Amino acid sequence: MTATKAPSEPMRQPAVRRPGDRIFAGSAKASGIFILLVLAGVAAFLIGEAIPALTAPAEEIPGGEGLAAYIGPLVLGTLLGAVLALLVATPLAVGIALYVTYYAPRRIAAAMGYVIDLLAAIPSVVYGFWGLAVLAPALRPFHSWAADTLGFIPFFAGPASTTGRTMFTVGLVLAVMILPIISAISREVFTQAPALHREAALALGATRWEMIRMAVLPYGKSGVIAGAMLGLGRALGETMAVAIVLSGGAGATLTLISNSNPSTIASNIALRFPEATGIDVNTLIASGLVLFVITLGVNMLARWVVNRRADFSGAN
Amino acid sequence: MAKRIEVSDLNIYYGDFRAVEGVNISIEPRSITALIGPSGCGKSTFLRSLNRMHEVLPGARVEGKVVMDGQDLYGADVDPVDVRRQIGMVFQRPNPFPTMSIYDNVIAGNRLNNKKMKKSEADDLVEKSLRGANLWNEVKDRLDRPGSGLSGGQQQRLCIARAIAVEPDVLLMDEPCSALDPISTLAIEDLMTELKEQFTIVIVTHNMQQAARVSESTGFFNLNGVGQPGRLIEFNPTEKIFSNPDEKATEDYISGRFG
Repeated sequence: MTATKAPSEPMRQPAVRRPGDRIFAGSAKASGIFILLVLAGVAAFLIGEAIPALTAPAEEIPGGEGLAAYIGPLVLGTLLGAVLALLVATPLAVGIALYVTYYAPRRIAAAMGYVIDLLAAIPSVVYGFWGLAVLAPALRPFHSWAADTLGFIPFFAGPASTTGRTMFTVGLVLAVMILPIISAISREVFTQAPALHREAALALGATRWEMIRMAVLPYGKSGVIAGAMLGLGRALGETMAVAIVLSGGAGATLTLISNSNPSTIASNIALRFPEATGIDVNTLIASGLVLFVITLGVNMLARWVVNRRADFSGAN
Repeated sequence: MAKRIEVSDLNIYYGDFRAVEGVNISIEPRSITALIGPSGCGKSTFLRSLNRMHEVLPGARVEGKVVMDGQDLYGADVDPVDVRRQIGMVFQRPNPFPTMSIYDNVIAGNRLNNKKMKKSEADDLVEKSLRGANLWNEVKDRLDRPGSGLSGGQQQRLCIARAIAVEPDVLLMDEPCSALDPISTLAIEDLMTELKEQFTIVIVTHNMQQAARVSESTGFFNLNGVGQPGRLIEFNPTEKIFSNPDEKATEDYISGRFG
């Protein structure tokens, strides 16, 4: 027997680890677990407190027609305001970000960057008062014009509000509020568009706009979507500004410009919670749970959109 | 349509810094002109000034004349975008657009130049350009896949296909093989010798064997010291440069006695 001995199973050596590494890995892991615990705690609280409202008979819910009838209009109001804000703010924010990164002279670009960031530093209650005192009266002529000429579209059905405290005004206030988030993130991804690909476009004879379309926008798309979703999250959850501006509380109506507006979930909670007792509290918390689910859904949707064409994303 | 480029008294600046000084050169059509020299001597900067890519950097500007078949490329009424459509460029690092498929990459330049193209015309052009870049057989089954999934050498040939798809007069190549392995390099060099039948080619290279192998004429750039502008020291037929150069500095550089 001269056969060589079969090599024994290689021993798995434990990797040598330095204390610094271990401390850092441990603290990073702890932070990760902590955020999950917080999230789970919030979800557990919302679900636990919402259960009495979910199981209560319909006539005990405020409004007397059951939970769906109570929360439905609020969901509609929340989505209307937030989506309007997103539709107005996203193109504007992308335009601002492109101007700052590729068109403006460097000094103006830096100054504009600060100004936009400053918008994010204004407390939402100030936005609320601005919307109430300035924007709402200023938009009154638009409201009556829209009711007269665009009235056939459900969103602009009359009668026009005489105060301007409408979903439309709220949407614009929210748009201004989420503008800095979207434009800051867009600006960040646009500046990171690789010079390699920008030069490739220019060398092919692209104009500046064509270069942006070929090399900057495709690269920055996922970042813009992420920014828009962050903005949408803020718009969905915005409480103070909406509570101040909107004269809400009417049922589910699509019109943006009349006095009968659905309220939004967050502002409804803020306005009613102080005086709520018993089952009313559970109902409000149930509406909060719905908002939580909507926001979660929006974020998951955003992630899905971003990942859908990962092959072509430029990350590889 | 290959064209001749005449450069006279060209100074190139980055802001106040004069990077290249007093270049006079005549680049022949249907031939390969190689530019060699140490790092930082301004050969890439010079190359980029030929298709007005230099000025996309803030503060960068050019003095002097670059004339292509009688047309002053730096004339007051000349749009740099038009210049770049006539003079294609291939970069050091392969840079296919990552968000586009192989197919779309090839016709990216044509989509800019003439928006409306029939599907069949586009198909033909893609095939012709990819064949021209010796890439067709490798990618014909996956034209709808992203260009970034190809190997480095394939990506570089894709970039060449993209550049020749618009049928430029001149093709500028800025160290096109420096990021590639020897086999891919050979493929690109073979390709260059085929392409010079149709195009005027100017190539910047750090690889002197490459310059000797592929080019008809060679220009040697050098600078006197850090912070000094680069100059064109010698411009001669490649054989002469590598066997019996006029200038001592050229001989020192190509024989490795530089510095």
